[in-house]
Amino acid sequence: MTVIATESLSKRYPRVTALDRLSLDIGPGVTGLVGANGAGKSTLIKILLGLSPATEGRAAVLGLDVATHGSAIRERVGYMPEHDCLPPDVSATEFVVHMARMSGLPASAARERTADTLRHVGLYEERYRPIGGYSTGMKQRVKLAQALVHDPQLVLLDEPTNGLDPVGRDEMLGLIRRVYTDFGISVLVTSHLLGELERTCDHVVVVDGGKLLRSSSTSDFTQTTTTLAVEVTDSDLHPDGAAALSRALARAGVGLAASEEQGLPGAGHILLVEATGEATYDIVRDTVAELGLGLVRMEQRRHHIAEVFRDHDQQQLAAKGAGGDGA
Amino acid sequence: MAPESSTQIHNIGYRSYDGTRLGRAYARKSLYSQSLRGAYGLGRSAKSKVLPMILFAVMCVPALIIVAVAIAVPGSTDLPIKYTTYALTTQVVIGLYLASQAPQSVSRDLRFKTVPLYFSRPIERVDYVVAKYAAMASALFILTATPLLIMYIGSLLAKFDVGDQTKGFGQGIVSVLLLSLLFAGLGLVMAALTPRRGFGVAAVIALLLIPYGAVSTVQAVAYGTGNTGAIEWLGLFSPITLIDGVQTAFLGATTAFPGGDGPSTGVGAVYLLVVLALIAGSYAALMARYRKAGL
Repeated sequence: MTVIATESLSKRYPRVTALDRLSLDIGPGVTGLVGANGAGKSTLIKILLGLSPATEGRAAVLGLDVATHGSAIRERVGYMPEHDCLPPDVSATEFVVHMARMSGLPASAARERTADTLRHVGLYEERYRPIGGYSTGMKQRVKLAQALVHDPQLVLLDEPTNGLDPVGRDEMLGLIRRVYTDFGISVLVTSHLLGELERTCDHVVVVDGGKLLRSSSTSDFTQTTTTLAVEVTDSDLHPDGAAALSRALARAGVGLAASEEQGLPGAGHILLVEATGEATYDIVRDTVAELGLGLVRMEQRRHHIAEVFRDHDQQQLAAKGAGGDGA
Repeated sequence: MAPESSTQIHNIGYRSYDGTRLGRAYARKSLYSQSLRGAYGLGRSAKSKVLPMILFAVMCVPALIIVAVAIAVPGSTDLPIKYTTYALTTQVVIGLYLASQAPQSVSRDLRFKTVPLYFSRPIERVDYVVAKYAAMASALFILTATPLLIMYIGSLLAKFDVGDQTKGFGQGIVSVLLLSLLFAGLGLVMAALTPRRGFGVAAVIALLLIPYGAVSTVQAVAYGTGNTGAIEWLGLFSPITLIDGVQTAFLGATTAFPGGDGPSTGVGAVYLLVVLALIAGSYAALMARYRKAGL
C-alpha cells in the first residue's frame, strides 16, 4: 500500500526550481523527509495538501490525486506547520474543538475527540488555560493535537522539534513514534537534522535542491556493527585515562573505531569500541577495572545516518570522477 | 461512542474515529457561527464581551426612549424619528463597533498565522472569505436592525397605523441590510490589510470618519456658496452618505444632506451601483488577500 506517491513532480517559480522531477513512493509508517533549509520540503507538503499546483508531474496521497481531490485529501490528512499558529487568547480545548469542526467533525464528536487527543499528546489540566501562557513544548503538543484531532490516516509534520530543548525534542520524537505505533496513523516528518530522525523513522527520504538524494529504510542505514561508546575517568596513575584504556584494549585485541567526535568538548574522554559480541563488554569492563579507572558510561552507539550519507556522497563523488556524469 | 471492538485494542486507549465527517459546507457554517458569536464576544474571554455588548446596548437605548416617548405622549400618531434615519444618527456607534470587531475577526488569524490551519482542512479560500464576510455582515445587521425592531414593536403597542409602520420598518430593514453588507466589506478589507490589530482599528475608523468629515464639509461649503447641484454628487464619496443617498432615492428616507435635498432617482441609481460595486469589490479584494495567506 502506498501512502504518498509522486511521479517526476516539479515545481518551478520564476526564479527558483523548488522541486525537480521528484519521484517518491512512501508506504505506511513513519517517514522522515530530510533536507537543508530550502531543499523543497515545505513546497512538497503544500503540493501534497492540494494547495499549490505542481508545474509538472503527478502526486497522489492515500490514492487520491492532489490536483483533483484536494478537499478529500485534506479531510483525511493532518498538518502541523513549522511556524507558530496558535492564538494566545483561547484555551487549547476551545482551539482544538474549533479545528476539529473545521475538519468536519460534528460538535459532540469534536469535543470528545479533543479531550482524547489532548490527553494523548500529554496536556492535562492546563488545557483549559489560555494558550498564551504555555511553554514552547506545550504549544508544540497543541499543534500536534490539532493535526490529529480528526483521526487522519496521515499526518504531515513540518519541523515538529523546532525550538525545543533536548528533553522536549526527545519527548516530541517519542510522541511521533507513538502516533504510528499506537494510533496507527502514518507520519511524514520533515527535519533538517538527520540525527534526530534515525530513532523515529522507519524510512528516510533525503532531498536536496528539489531532487531526491536517497530513499531507504532506516535499518539499512544503521544495520552495521555495533559501536560502544566508553567514557572513563583519569586517575593519578593514568593521567590520561582514555589513552591508557585505548592502549590496554589494543593489547587485548579489541578493535577501536575512529572517533567521529574529535574536537568536541570531552571527546578525548570517549572511546569508540567495536563490539563483536557479548565478550567485548566483559573485556572492556575488566580492562577498566585492572587499570583502576572509573567507568563513567558504556553505551551502544549506532552509526549515525549522517555517516552513511557521507559515505554515500563520497561514493558518488568517486563514481563521478571515474565515469563522468552518468546521471 | 461505540464500544471498542476486539480488533482495535491499543495499549494507551487510542480510539479511532469512525463517525460521520460532515465536510466543507458544515465547516463553512461552523466558521460562520463561530465568527458571528465572536463578534459579540461569545465563546471568548469575559473582557472581549464588554465592548460589543456596551455598543449593542448604546444602539438600543435610544430606540427604547423613542418608543417610551411615543407611547407616553398623548395623541401622537407616528414615531418621532423615521426608521431609515436611525442608522444615520447612530453611525458613530456602528463605526466603533465595526472598528473593534472587524480586526478581531480577521487580523487575529493573520497575526497568529492560524490561516494555514484552515486551508489545510477541507474548506477553501472562498469558504473562509464567505464565512467571515457573512458573519461580519450578520453581526452588523443584528446591531442595526434590533433597534428598528424595538421601534416597530413599540409603534404597534402604541397603536400607530400598522400599514405605515410596516412599510417604514421594511424600508429601514432593507437600508440597514445594505449598510451591513457595505460596512462589513469595507471594514474587513481594511482589517485584513494588516495583521496588527491596532492598525486595523485605526484604518477602519479612518475609512468611515475621514471621508464622511470631508464630504459633509465640502457639501456644507457647496451649500453655503449656492452651488447646490454638487451636493448630491459629493455624497458618493463616503460610505454613510452613500447609504443616505440610496435610501433617500428609493426607500422614502429623509436625507441628512445640507439643504435637505437628496439625490434624485437617476443619481440615486448611481449611488446604488456604487454601493453594489463596493460590496463586490470588497469581496474580490478579500479573495485576493487570502491568495497569498496560505501555507
